[in-house]
Amino acid sequence: MNLHEYQAKRLFGEYGVPIPVGGDVATTPEEAHAIAAKIGGTVVVKAQVHIGGRGKAGGVKLAHSPEEAAEHAAAILGMDIKGLTVHKVLIDPGADIQKELYLAMLIDREERKPMIMASSEGGMDIEAVAHDTPEKIVIVHIDPEIGLQLHQGTYVASRIGLPKAQWKGFWKVLQGLWKCFTATDAVQCEINPLIVQSDGSFSAIDGKMIVDDNGLKLRHPEFEDLRDPGELTENEKKAAEAGVNYIQLDGNIGCMVNGAGLAMTSMDVIKLFGGEPANFLDIGGGAQAETVTQALNIILGDPKVEAVMINIFGGITRCDEVARGFIEAMDHIETDVPFVVRLEGTNAVEGRALLDAVDGLATAVTLQEAAQKAVALAKGA
Amino acid sequence: MSILVDENTKVLIQGFTGREGSFHGQQMIDFGTKVVAGVTPGKGGTEHLGVPIFNSVREAAEATGANASVIVVPPKFAAGAIIEAADAGIPLIVCITEYIPVHDMMKARTFVDKRGVRLLGPNCPGLISPAEKVKMGIISGSIVKEGNVGVVSKSGTLTYEVVYALSHAGVGQSTCVGIGGDPINGTDFIDALMLFEADPKTERIVLMGEIGGGAEEKAAAFIKANVTKPVYAFIAGRTAPPGRTMGHAGAIVEGNVGTAEGKIAALKDAGVHVADHPDQLAQMVIAG
Repeated sequence: MNLHEYQAKRLFGEYGVPIPVGGDVATTPEEAHAIAAKIGGTVVVKAQVHIGGRGKAGGVKLAHSPEEAAEHAAAILGMDIKGLTVHKVLIDPGADIQKELYLAMLIDREERKPMIMASSEGGMDIEAVAHDTPEKIVIVHIDPEIGLQLHQGTYVASRIGLPKAQWKGFWKVLQGLWKCFTATDAVQCEINPLIVQSDGSFSAIDGKMIVDDNGLKLRHPEFEDLRDPGELTENEKKAAEAGVNYIQLDGNIGCMVNGAGLAMTSMDVIKLFGGEPANFLDIGGGAQAETVTQALNIILGDPKVEAVMINIFGGITRCDEVARGFIEAMDHIETDVPFVVRLEGTNAVEGRALLDAVDGLATAVTLQEAAQKAVALAKGA
Repeated sequence: MSILVDENTKVLIQGFTGREGSFHGQQMIDFGTKVVAGVTPGKGGTEHLGVPIFNSVREAAEATGANASVIVVPPKFAAGAIIEAADAGIPLIVCITEYIPVHDMMKARTFVDKRGVRLLGPNCPGLISPAEKVKMGIISGSIVKEGNVGVVSKSGTLTYEVVYALSHAGVGQSTCVGIGGDPINGTDFIDALMLFEADPKTERIVLMGEIGGGAEEKAAAFIKANVTKPVYAFIAGRTAPPGRTMGHAGAIVEGNVGTAEGKIAALKDAGVHVADHPDQLAQMVIAG
């Protein structure tokens, strides 16, 4: 799950990373005015959206008075940034920037370990820095059994060119970030930029966090409240409630599949044969008839869907159970969207026999045949 | 011959007495696997499906000589179960459990590596060897057939698809290995390729990957340098939108990292026969 800047910084702060003092979020210009008045002096008004490049889009503005902060908030709230609507703005005190650094705690999939990524070149797109000046990126892997070590902090501080007087402060930032990373089951905790102020102290003036969904489910149910309601479509919310793995796409052929790899493949094959998939949907292993009914409701809840392909390769999942779910769903759902069903594997013969009773239902033997038929049906053939 | 398992493989199941453990445990036994023990804390001394149950892996291993473990415990306890098996000296651990937190897996993987233990998974269908009659996991025994194609895959149902088509056409398999779709896992493509390359029973190799991470690219480089046997591949997720997790926790395109296009290009460059869809993959292997 992605967290907004203000949420990430609050968590950083809780674990000891210095963050701007007095910053808060507003959903109206009046609230923005009040926060800016409380902070006093220059403030920055920042759009809270899950997309990069908000500065260039006009989503970050300096204000020298509460009135100006309210004006900027009025302009930014409701703004559309790359297809996302801004519902909240963060009002932070204006920063005293002497130097901008980059610091992140990430997971290195190849090394299977957490890693620190740091650079003296903060405040810019870190991928561009890595591409143009790879020598300016410092990477240190952490042994998850023993955790962050002091010498690693010293190495990073030295490599990014911090004077010795600032090492202690930097170590505090690093320790706080590591604590936050492990305690919250994060897969990314990024500060860009981490600034050095004129007195040599540090402040995380921008933050980004991604939390592992598996860790969240098991250990941090409270983070559900932080979820941006705009992050998921209505259909995706319904799917999450039903425990079905669903992602809405732009095409017109709905798919219902068992297994993530096969679900992705089914989308690919639809596209390969000239169609556009409307969704990713994995009903999971061993799905019961009820899950199948819910999944079909979700797929048909997308008005763009003009045909549906059901592709089940029974392993743990039994094809007759899927067929029963399908027939049950058809009793409740009023739809003229055509279906093509392909059942193979465990109890496929029983499943197909059940479907024989359904009038006008297209069936297929292979995935290729199913995709070709679905593409033809979506075109109205 | 087979990779990873043979006639001396004695399997214990962690989580054997649960719903999934019972169902799949029975299937493993029915396939011919020597299931010698089950582990469920608190149920030691009892018997389940004709197999003795122990309170801990160490007791089970000491009493039965088990040298491999299948883990089917809930996600909350799964990383701990991996660590327990490694701590008891079990040299081969297959973890089927899905939804294990990534931080737990980093710890478990580090622990396992330090002890030279082989881990398969988590979030994987396990492995099956038709010739050795060993099944550790959930790959259906009814779809495999003894033969000389080695199969390694990130996805369970996609494996079933292709293996079923191969068996149906009379093309059997030496071993089918599911490495799983999690970002942090054990055995990877390179480990499996190395084993298949060395296995005299395996003549050709099928590799099924998906978007996310760089395992397929690394496998391609390894194939180019080290694999002499023909390799056939398919990569799932060409139409997956960037930044979204496609069911498997590891299946996510981040920036330009982990795209299907990059993986396909790397594999083709390594001389791998890359199919556009699974039916075609099976046809290529059957024809080849």
